[in-house]
Amino acid sequence: MRVAVIVFPGSNCDRDAADAILQVTGRWPKMVWHREAELNNIDLVVLPGGFAYGDYLRPGAIAAQSPIMQQVLKHARDGGYVLGICNGFQVLTEIGLLPGVLMPNSGMKFVCKPVKLKVENCDTSFTKGYKNKASINIPIAHHDGNYLVQDDELSQLEDNGQVAFRYETNPNGSVNDIAGIINSQGNVLGMMPHPERAMGKTDENKDGEILFKSLMEALQ
Amino acid sequence: MSEGVEITAEIIAEHGLNPEEYNILLQQLGRTPNLNELGICSVMWSEHCSYKSSRIHLAKFPTTGKKVICGPGENAGVIDIGDGDAVIFKMESHNHPSFIEPYQGAATGVGGIMRDVFTMGARPIALLNALRFGEPGHYKTRSLVAGVVAGIGGYGNCVGVPTVGGEINFDAGYNGNILVNAMCVGLAKTDSIFYSAAKGVGNSILYVGARTGRDGIHGATMASAEFDDDAEEKRPTVQVGDPFTEKRLIEACLELMATGNIIAIQDMGAAGLTSSSIEMADKGGVGIEIDLDRVPQRENNMSAYEMMLSESQERMLIVLKPGTEAESRKIFTKWELDVDIIGKTTDTGRLVLQHQGEMVCDLPIAPLSDMAPKYDRPWVKTAKAPRLDAGTLPQRDPIDVLCRLMASPDMVSKRWVWEQYDRHVMGDTLMASASGCDAAIVRIRDSEKALAISSDCTPRYVQADPYRGGKQAVAESWRNLIAAGAKPIAITDCLNFGNPERPEIMGQLVQAIEGMSKACKKLSYPVVSGNVSLYNETKGSAIPPTPTVGGVGIIKDISMAIGFSSARQGDMLVLVGRTRGWLGSSIYAREIENLIGHRPPPVSLSTELQNGKFVRKAIKKSLLRAVHDLSDGGLACAAVDMAMASNVGIVLDPHSTLPDNAWYFGEDQARYLLSIDAANYNKLQQLSVKKGVLLSYVGEVKGDDIRLGSARIRLSDLQIKWEQWFPEFMEKIDANAGK
Repeated sequence: MRVAVIVFPGSNCDRDAADAILQVTGRWPKMVWHREAELNNIDLVVLPGGFAYGDYLRPGAIAAQSPIMQQVLKHARDGGYVLGICNGFQVLTEIGLLPGVLMPNSGMKFVCKPVKLKVENCDTSFTKGYKNKASINIPIAHHDGNYLVQDDELSQLEDNGQVAFRYETNPNGSVNDIAGIINSQGNVLGMMPHPERAMGKTDENKDGEILFKSLMEALQ
Repeated sequence: MSEGVEITAEIIAEHGLNPEEYNILLQQLGRTPNLNELGICSVMWSEHCSYKSSRIHLAKFPTTGKKVICGPGENAGVIDIGDGDAVIFKMESHNHPSFIEPYQGAATGVGGIMRDVFTMGARPIALLNALRFGEPGHYKTRSLVAGVVAGIGGYGNCVGVPTVGGEINFDAGYNGNILVNAMCVGLAKTDSIFYSAAKGVGNSILYVGARTGRDGIHGATMASAEFDDDAEEKRPTVQVGDPFTEKRLIEACLELMATGNIIAIQDMGAAGLTSSSIEMADKGGVGIEIDLDRVPQRENNMSAYEMMLSESQERMLIVLKPGTEAESRKIFTKWELDVDIIGKTTDTGRLVLQHQGEMVCDLPIAPLSDMAPKYDRPWVKTAKAPRLDAGTLPQRDPIDVLCRLMASPDMVSKRWVWEQYDRHVMGDTLMASASGCDAAIVRIRDSEKALAISSDCTPRYVQADPYRGGKQAVAESWRNLIAAGAKPIAITDCLNFGNPERPEIMGQLVQAIEGMSKACKKLSYPVVSGNVSLYNETKGSAIPPTPTVGGVGIIKDISMAIGFSSARQGDMLVLVGRTRGWLGSSIYAREIENLIGHRPPPVSLSTELQNGKFVRKAIKKSLLRAVHDLSDGGLACAAVDMAMASNVGIVLDPHSTLPDNAWYFGEDQARYLLSIDAANYNKLQQLSVKKGVLLSYVGEVKGDDIRLGSARIRLSDLQIKWEQWFPEFMEKIDANAGK
């Protein structure tokens, strides 16, 4: 699995994501600076967490204009895999690879805590390793994770099984408790929780590792 | 502009210089200074920058040791943790700005302390903060808590450095002056540490980072005076932070450091361009010439005076090796930061500033720092506090007391606060706030080592007895690291006091430093960096003296890390150390009996050392399941912490001649609560006999209740009381926010 982690000036989970990739694949991914205009021979693009452009304007809005994002768009349209975590999810909605927006949390505060998610669709390349409707622990750390999408698009997401993860207890006001969604082609996943923080490195919890392992198997 | 201003007695006073200090300047200069020179001198000689009231006393601290690479005097302290790794850390106050503008004050406090650390070549890996607010009922407290916490989170979360620990107290003594002490810990290589001495003549001086604006002018001077009714009017002196710039500055500076292009580097903190350029030149024994027209500016028509005194954030000054200018600039351009060469080092030993074709400042550098005023201010010993005899206090139901203590503002869960901090970014946080450990534990990347970090001070002890309180702050820090499985290495301190021109306040400072020094020496726990914040007074009323101690220890093998969240049903609870039932200046005395100001618990450093070594040995031998240091609220509150973190019930059996509540809630020092597998008791007992340590059985881990003798409460009921205070307190502000 050839992996690229996109690095924006304010990315701060880029190294954590790369550590997770290393743990699962045994290889350090390619770290791609956002000003680069090429993305060749890559199977999976990871848009990491952080504050790509300091959350100025809107989280992810300025990052979506970076040169590399045109390549990420092309990569996705050609069927390549894209995983957007936290700020990466925000970038994916800004660039239109995923529907909806991520608004400030309903509590208007940054929230960092472990949360329980329900795996809503385990029939995707990202989630194959989970049991259907499994309850998993993946931490969140965000200020703008309140997912909102127009009603017709929401029904579409729900009807097509595009809701990948749902919060068991809603921490941010997201519509239908949505924590992560996948595009209709099944190659782009955006999620607010941080799977790279649940790799069994700082505690026993390895629920995040399953996601990366699923991807690796799908891409082999 | 500056040439036209006549230097009157009034202008001199406005700059915070007294007539004697001004005379020193006149003598050194041999002429009347212009306004720029006066401004520069006033910030360099401000209390904040010159430590003029504290310097002679700070010299009492032990600052060296086997593991100390660099002690006080640089941007931060540096210790050796083996394998070529160095840890660089410091704590600093941002009290005055945070009171005036809590969000920006706290945010820039975090930003400033991170710059102190990465300036020396370290990647910041952990942040802590020690916060003291006024009484909860004071009309300002809630908005200050909300603003400070949001500011700390807003900055640290964005930069991407985990906020892993800290402390929060409420006390009416901070109603007019809150304390925001931020600590940063960074990781570097021992062979790649950067210092601030600008060596060599004719080398380029590079300015990088944010542009210079009119914010924060005279911040250092503000931080060197008391507040009066017009505190709010000082808001323009508070700086505005931009964590996104800080993040890029960290990455760019670390990238430049890897090139070997740097001779010296210094962040522009308090007193901005002035103190950074003067300190670098002074340490390197050179002069500096700056062309102010080259300084990147945020606003039009800034005067030389404004540029030199601005405290705009996220700026660095770097002296480059000749010929590396182009390569160095490229790195900063990549990170979209402003960068320009604004001057060069000279052999004149003077600070010369050019602005719009004119020389607007010409000051001799060495005399400016050598002649900085240094005061041996008069001080008086704090009157001896009366003893509190526990036997005279009324008998009370211990469960009722326990509930009241665990729901008191200083003791309650601070979840509302730390859930707003990203505690896990960077992927190395093993223990953070309230995971059930006396210290935060952060792993050293790609190794089996970890750091234990803690922030401590018990202001009510220091207020009643500054010497004993100073000793206790250091001892508690040391004990907390031991209880995490670490070997304590060194501390940074942040000394927050009132107006040193008042002998009783100066007395608090002197005695606290003496107590701290004594403890640091005995425990081989040197001071490697620190900060002094004086004039924490409003209208003549000073804060409780608060010398915050930031301790760092090393855990060589992370499997030896321990906390208090791992007690198991059936475990035996044993206590290390002697219980005398000391209630003077305890949380019990304050919250239950409304008694304050009594003599705080004595601190025997030899017992501290002996008990700590014993606990360390027991951890190494894997004899312990859980460890908790005893502090506020004594044995019973420590047991409840352990019960809640481990989700188990606990039974405590008092068997002593002391009044029950003195036994449960007394705050005698040098004690630890251990949860052990009963099968290990004999081995532990033998070890304690060998080490001459007092070990006593105090209870067991059992059921789902907290039982104190025959009284009990369900753990879950107690936990609700403990968890609900903070959100309920803060929601009151939310209810009013829209009105």
